[in-house]
Amino acid sequence: MDGSLRKKIGSVATWGLTFILMVVICVPGLWVVLTAFRPNGEVLAKPPVWIPEDPNLNNFAKIFGFGADQVAIPVPAYFTNSLIIALTSTAIALLIGMSGGYAFARYRFSFKNGLFLGLMLSRTVPGIALSLPIFMIWSRIGLIDTKLGLIIVYVALNVPFTIWLIDGFFRQIPKEMSEAAQVDGCTRWQAFWKIEFPLAKSGIASAGIFAFLTSWNEYALASNLTRSTDSKTLPVGLMDFTAQFTIDWAGMSAMAVIIIIPALILTFLVQKHLIAGLTFGGVKG
Amino acid sequence: MATNRPPFWQREQYTPYLLLLPALLTLAFVVVLPLLFSLYTSFTGYRLIRPESLWQWVGLRNYKRIFADGDFWIAFGRTIVFLTIALNLEFLLGLGIALLINRITWGQRTLRTIMMFPMMFSPILVGYQFKFVFNDNIGILNNALQSLGLSDGAIPWLVDKYLANFSIIFAEVWMSTSVFAILLLAGLFAMPRDPLEAAKVDGCNPWQVFRHITLPFLMPFVFIAMTIRSLDVARAYDIVDVMTGGGPAGRTELLWTMIARTGYDNARMGQANAMAYVSILLSIAFTYYFFTKLLAARKYMGGAD
Repeated sequence: MDGSLRKKIGSVATWGLTFILMVVICVPGLWVVLTAFRPNGEVLAKPPVWIPEDPNLNNFAKIFGFGADQVAIPVPAYFTNSLIIALTSTAIALLIGMSGGYAFARYRFSFKNGLFLGLMLSRTVPGIALSLPIFMIWSRIGLIDTKLGLIIVYVALNVPFTIWLIDGFFRQIPKEMSEAAQVDGCTRWQAFWKIEFPLAKSGIASAGIFAFLTSWNEYALASNLTRSTDSKTLPVGLMDFTAQFTIDWAGMSAMAVIIIIPALILTFLVQKHLIAGLTFGGVKG
Repeated sequence: MATNRPPFWQREQYTPYLLLLPALLTLAFVVVLPLLFSLYTSFTGYRLIRPESLWQWVGLRNYKRIFADGDFWIAFGRTIVFLTIALNLEFLLGLGIALLINRITWGQRTLRTIMMFPMMFSPILVGYQFKFVFNDNIGILNNALQSLGLSDGAIPWLVDKYLANFSIIFAEVWMSTSVFAILLLAGLFAMPRDPLEAAKVDGCNPWQVFRHITLPFLMPFVFIAMTIRSLDVARAYDIVDVMTGGGPAGRTELLWTMIARTGYDNARMGQANAMAYVSILLSIAFTYYFFTKLLAARKYMGGAD
């Protein structure tokens, strides 16, 4: 009896703690989502209005330029910029990362560990510290406030981590498979595309999702390298809602929801591979 | 010269370097070259508003100035304390959460997915979200405390010296704990059952099992998480920039926000680059430390070649 009582207390405690945990994780985000569907007046109301009394899509309509009272913030342009910049830099980073990851997974060469460490260390440079010289150089060579300028930076930002992940995925594929194909007359290039690439495809896809999210979410560099609607991304545009003394909480929340949605969808797609990639690459590597 | 030798780009021993070439070129152009330039700039009196000052060599003056500046050391110290508290809390909470979720069988997948949400949030959104939560006037936290009758005034979460730093650490921990939780959970899944059974048979209590079997097995996973985290500790800049902007009156100023203020707002690029170098060395030291730990742990696991 003593044992079963103890077990019961244990499972109640487990579920209680889990509940608190989920509340802490979810409530701040839910509050932002709820706010996105209510007028700004309700945000400021005293006493507080917990559940929106008249939930509507006005905030979204406003920031996308529909309806009578539009905000002067060009969110559609920011959205397009973000999408173009994130997709292009991800595609390039994946190509470079595949080639580099394959080198680390399949070849032995001098300076291998040194090069790997060097790649990782290049990723540690704080964005804000890196932004200073890039700002100076980009403004001299005309890359400031261009999509291309930001794409180049994000490719470099994503390459080290992409190599790390893809290296891990290629290592999981036995060397013997491509060797067998080569014995059968394939070139190494053919063996790669016919054997190793299809097997590592889902892993590479999750490395791509990770790279996409890094570019999509980046702020420190983007906020200093962009100026106008030509290249400003969503995270930078979010700050447009804060004027000197007033903040459009409802509009900002609506924009926050727009930034979150792709991230949430991709999280569902990536989670399994991501964990596998990080642990295999890290421990077994 | 043997004529039947293939050209050098087809020779096996050069292949890995050729494969790595695009990566190395990109990083040389975007990271190494700019960092060399900023190293040079940190020895000049460069101000954005006076372009010709880029050529004005001042030697170590920028470094002397920042090292003699009390505010710099306060921000530096605050950054170290901030990272120490945040990383330790993230590790402990992450470990707790991983052990907790490992015990749950029903709904575990869903819990795991929800746990990953914060990892995917843009730091700027995390900052905004908590600026909203902790707002003294309209924030959900003060509203809830007042509705429950736990407080009658507006608690100045983002204004008071201690509370503002607490709020920022809270946001940072909220965002990054899941890195630890997810990786440690993966470690727990990969753990062999036999030693656990054997220890129980030998009469170890749960704490001894955890301390002498589970924890040592998890250490490589801890170091992976630490390495990954140390790569982007500077993302805290985004959070602080949105939540408080380093204010009020520099009470939440971290090294990174100080760099931005000096470089862009005050246009003192030379001095900002000197500070940036201090922050770069700090980050590299962090990553290098955990990376060597990771390599040692890997060797211990016998997985490396």
